[in-house]
Amino acid sequence: MLGRLTIEAIPLYSWVAMGGAAVTVCGGLAVFLLITYLRAWKVLWTDWLTSVDHKKIGIMYVVLALVMLVRGFVDALMMRAQQAIALNSEGYLPPEHFEQIFSSHGTIMIFFVAMPFLTGLINIIVPQQIGARDVAFPFLNSVSLWLTAAGAGLVLVSLVVGKFSTAGWTGYPPYSGVEFSPGVGVDYWLWALIVSGVGSTASGINFIVTIVKNRCPGMTYMRMPLFTWTALCISVLIAFAFPALTVVAAQLTLDRTLGFHFFTNGDGGNMMLFANLIWIWGHPEVYILILPAFGIFSEVVATFSRKRLFGYKSLVYATACIAILSFTVWLHHFFTMGSSANVNAVFGIATMIIAVPTGVKIFDWMFTMYRGRIEFHPSMVYTIGFMVTFVIGGVTGVLLALPPADYLMHNSTFLVAHFHNMLIPGALFGYFAGLNYWFPKAFGFKLDAKWGIRSFWFWFIGFYLAFMPLYVLGFMGMSRRMEHYADPNWQPYLIVAALGALCILCGIICIAVQLYVSAKNWGSARDVTGDPWNGRTLDWATSSPPAPYNFAVLPEVRDVDAFHDMKIHGTAYRPPAHYEDIVMPRKSGLGPIIGAVAFVLGFAFVWYIWWLVALSLVLILICIGIRACDDDTDFVMPAAEVARIEAAHLAQITPVDMHDMRDFEPRGAASGTPLAGRA
Amino acid sequence: MTIPRSILKNSNHFWTAGLLGICFLLQGCGISDAPILFPKGPVALAERNLLFTAFAVMMIVALPAIVLTLYFVWRYRRDGGKGAYTPDWDSSWKIESVVWLVPAAIIVVLGTLVWQSTHRLDPYKELVSDQPVFRVQAVALDWKWLFLYPELGVASVNELAFPADRPLSIEITSDTVMNSLMIPALGGQIYAMAGMRSELNLLADEPGVFMGRNTMYSGDGFADQHFKAHALSGDGFSSWKDKVAEETAKLDAETYLQLHKQSTANPVTYYSAYETDLFNLILRKYSPIVGPYESKAAELICRGAA
Repeated sequence: MLGRLTIEAIPLYSWVAMGGAAVTVCGGLAVFLLITYLRAWKVLWTDWLTSVDHKKIGIMYVVLALVMLVRGFVDALMMRAQQAIALNSEGYLPPEHFEQIFSSHGTIMIFFVAMPFLTGLINIIVPQQIGARDVAFPFLNSVSLWLTAAGAGLVLVSLVVGKFSTAGWTGYPPYSGVEFSPGVGVDYWLWALIVSGVGSTASGINFIVTIVKNRCPGMTYMRMPLFTWTALCISVLIAFAFPALTVVAAQLTLDRTLGFHFFTNGDGGNMMLFANLIWIWGHPEVYILILPAFGIFSEVVATFSRKRLFGYKSLVYATACIAILSFTVWLHHFFTMGSSANVNAVFGIATMIIAVPTGVKIFDWMFTMYRGRIEFHPSMVYTIGFMVTFVIGGVTGVLLALPPADYLMHNSTFLVAHFHNMLIPGALFGYFAGLNYWFPKAFGFKLDAKWGIRSFWFWFIGFYLAFMPLYVLGFMGMSRRMEHYADPNWQPYLIVAALGALCILCGIICIAVQLYVSAKNWGSARDVTGDPWNGRTLDWATSSPPAPYNFAVLPEVRDVDAFHDMKIHGTAYRPPAHYEDIVMPRKSGLGPIIGAVAFVLGFAFVWYIWWLVALSLVLILICIGIRACDDDTDFVMPAAEVARIEAAHLAQITPVDMHDMRDFEPRGAASGTPLAGRA
Repeated sequence: MTIPRSILKNSNHFWTAGLLGICFLLQGCGISDAPILFPKGPVALAERNLLFTAFAVMMIVALPAIVLTLYFVWRYRRDGGKGAYTPDWDSSWKIESVVWLVPAAIIVVLGTLVWQSTHRLDPYKELVSDQPVFRVQAVALDWKWLFLYPELGVASVNELAFPADRPLSIEITSDTVMNSLMIPALGGQIYAMAGMRSELNLLADEPGVFMGRNTMYSGDGFADQHFKAHALSGDGFSSWKDKVAEETAKLDAETYLQLHKQSTANPVTYYSAYETDLFNLILRKYSPIVGPYESKAAELICRGAA
């Protein structure tokens, strides 16, 4: 009846596992009780969970990312603590537990922190940047969110019921095959990837169509803000790369569940095929994570340097180059698999070529600051910290791209330091910059800058403390994923790295305090105009938080810096001659229901509860059927209602709230100089 | 592989001297033992020098990027900055050309370096030497390394010995999950995969003992899956040979099956003989058509059980 699910799945066997399970259960319970205490279930369901509004979906994505960031970071802290003490001893974690922790750390950080964070930011911002009222497929957007949440739920549940994978976040077979990993761990990993991967693929397709089809008049491709450009590029990457992940996960599932031999030792299986397939997804994935952050940096650096973005075209072409090249380099993840010198050399050179457009971007941001008036808003400080630190990661990346050097450094902590050096400054700092930058847009009030700056310094210093020692340890011959070690020379470095992790912990606490303090004082930091930073792109033309339809009247764009242009010419904040009815998508409970059933489906597959698998598959099909037969998915917001909302917003704005645009003369209206279009 | 010693020699001294200087400052940090920085063989040395050369070349772009970023941030800060302000300045052909072409030129240089060095340092390429190559077969097991010495007819677990003056050529396979064999002081690694044969060619400068290990995470015993590689002088190697030859234990098929079982932190073990053609039998275990078996031993090993 319950497949292989028995009482032994509850982790009573170890206090660390039990603790993790208890924290997870208590956390869930606390949230449940809090919502009940606040009598917020109804509001939560009608206004949030069932919403198909891209802004609310985006906020929920970011909340999911922040919650999972804490979970993934606890893993990191536990690993650093273990390695700091495990000289010639078992430390406090047995190998099997340590292995689950590094596997879940990677899986969570990539799939359930970075992916939802960037998807959330794109959701909130991109439609506003292109002057659209919503994404192309609002309901699909909701389904994507809930599939991602279902995947995250599977990872969380593995802490309480059963175990997580011990095969690392890339789950190389044959180790992840049923012969060497017979338990449920790898299945949890696989189903989390499959369920959330389908959601990501749908998101990618959704964003492509949105950006291609929903741009407002005048928003040509070469007037799209850089963040939208990066969103478009990564959506194309998602649409092409994620199917590879879904296929390879499905193949491994077939191996494990039905005894296929895609990747087994012998019987015609070949684990090299797995390595190729997972990295054909995995390398573009790196750019899927980093490019949106590059887009955020581009927006932030122009806004807070009070200058036009330098080399807009260059940045667009560089982004597109990186996106295309990202599909040509996957083999550099396994130079040591024994390919011929020709193959290794070609992939090594292809990898290095990516450094060129990436370097161009750094220089373009630098020259955006050149002759600007730089303000040290937290998002700008994150950007500067990124630029300095990312260069180091780029250098070590090119070193690893030299196949003979990679033979020395592969599988070492040098590699671990390298990719954290890419993903923490390159991706996470970008998301944090985006959080600080766009928070007022989403919630209508600004985040506390002081705590933002503090969080930056803790993250920045913590990053160096945690990962510079790992570079050195790589030179000293330390492999990654070691539960204990025998070389006393390594220990001081690992202790420093652990201190770095503690420093980052302070950074995370600062972000929590920042959110708390800002929410408490929200009244004094309200964003009345919708444009708290004197922004340049169209996302600042809407109110904060934006009305459900974003734009009462679709704007007409004449420049890359569309809203800046409107402010200079005095066309911002002007009510139109008349308003029209707006057709809006209706909210739907099917999104969260499909997500919940997908979670049950994954859980049932993990534990071989076949009747439940069949039942949830049927339920999903029924949900899809209901949606397909529903012709009444829209409603009309009458012009009078739109006029009321807009009038209320405009009435709040006093001339004091508006930004002084005289600095930007003589290009402004004052000089009468016409504005050059940049089509 | 022929490494033009004369060319490398100057840069060797350059890098090593620089490193020693830094390490003098960092005494007590344990860096002077770092096998990657202070290699003990020509292959690792060439790989390390490549690392450093590429690092130096990249500094042409990386240093200005870091320094200019900080300088611009300082000079053009709003409060107190002294720089000019040109809010509409957003493109310059000169700057764009420099930022595209200089990194591109560096990549052309590094790309050439990649092409040449990848061929020169192909781990499959046998090293050129006046001494004959010493061949060893390595089998990755859970969680230990088995070394077979076809030339001597003996085998050892978790210890590798070879004559220091002869190039070492290791044939590698796995009788378990993916592993990766590496002796950091002597040079880079290569994966060990079941049913497949990979190869690693190394050479030690002089007699010595080096750490070697599996670098590819392979399960619970992974942390302890390391061994010592002994590069022995002529006398040292003959006495090692004698010591192993005197061992009564022999690695026949039955013993191999016992050894194949999972075990952690195995002690060093010697076998004075091993099953005929053992390495190829282990390879054959994973081939599509395994039988017919020419011997009982072949059947035992290929079927993995009695």
